[in-house]
Amino acid sequence: MPLTREHELHKRRRGLNTGVGLVLGGFVVLVFLLTFVKITGQSMQFPDNLPGTAADTAAEEG
Amino acid sequence: MTDASITTQADGGEASFGDYIALLKPRVMSLVVFTALVGLVAAPMPVHPYIAFCAILFIAIGGGASGALNMWYDSDIDAVMKRTRGRPIPSGRVGRDEALALGLALSGFSCVMLALAANVFSGLFLAFTIFFYAVVYTMWLKRWTPQNIVIGGAAGAFPPMIGWAVATGGVSLESVLMFLLVFMWTPPHFWALALFMRSDYDDAGVPMLTVTHGRPATRRHILAYTFLLAAVAFATGLTSIGGPIYMAVALVLNVLFLAGAFRIWRRDEVMAEADNYKVERRFFRLSLIYTFLHFAAILVEALLKPYGLGGW
Repeated sequence: MPLTREHELHKRRRGLNTGVGLVLGGFVVLVFLLTFVKITGQSMQFPDNLPGTAADTAAEEG
Repeated sequence: MTDASITTQADGGEASFGDYIALLKPRVMSLVVFTALVGLVAAPMPVHPYIAFCAILFIAIGGGASGALNMWYDSDIDAVMKRTRGRPIPSGRVGRDEALALGLALSGFSCVMLALAANVFSGLFLAFTIFFYAVVYTMWLKRWTPQNIVIGGAAGAFPPMIGWAVATGGVSLESVLMFLLVFMWTPPHFWALALFMRSDYDDAGVPMLTVTHGRPATRRHILAYTFLLAAVAFATGLTSIGGPIYMAVALVLNVLFLAGAFRIWRRDEVMAEADNYKVERRFFRLSLIYTFLHFAAILVEALLKPYGLGGW
């Protein structure tokens, strides 16, 4: 029996590792796109631009 | 690691990726995804399509997490019953502690991510749903009362309310009625199945209404819940998520469902066994499309609204 012969267990482990890898990679892409959508969305307000803040008042006066 | 240890683990059955997916009960997840999607689309507030996609995904993961916690706690029952003996834990492919870890990790993950993607209320609502299914139903009431199906149905009925909460950030009459539609549907659906499927729940020590109160009582319960269900279905049609299409669908389905429940109530075991539970089987098959078509009609009404066609 050659030493390189693959056991069924190795195939299963490779499948598990690939699956976990794809899930984690997918999660990174998902969060990246979610952040992009949240930042570019109209409802997003940065602290500097919130109504009533010093920066907002200064912008109105200037 | 030696070859000997590898062989031992392989014989014991090491989990594949599919085994961990099976822990999340993907078939239950599909119902969760569909009803949550309808709740989200039917809500009066628009949601960015990508945020809606993420929200549905996190709700589905939350549902899967509660499934994993259920399999962790119920592994002793699953090992006894024929239907569930092949599940990852009783078959030895996944350890109980692994299922618990996966369930807890995905529960926390899904709730936090839903709160971040949509709003805090929907994240907390998802947490409550997981707690309700895993603790109130699975750990507490499932082995204690024959009304377990009714209580379990509540956990399965929350997703459309969560979908609605993703869009609106709260609860309203419409979302409560969508909850009640699934909640009232669950008992007749499962009790009809229990009438013609000789379940081995009894061996597992889980009280089922057919065993604890008898089959005639189960038939009466089916009729009573079907009447309540019809009332809820028509009430839903009178709210902002209803419309002529929904009402037409609800009218046909509820007349058929009530007629089926009435026939079940009039029969006894001798009549049922004579035709191999024909009426009960037909009622169960109808129940499978009942919820789907009601929610599909709500979805159609919501999708037609921008064109001035859906709704009242």
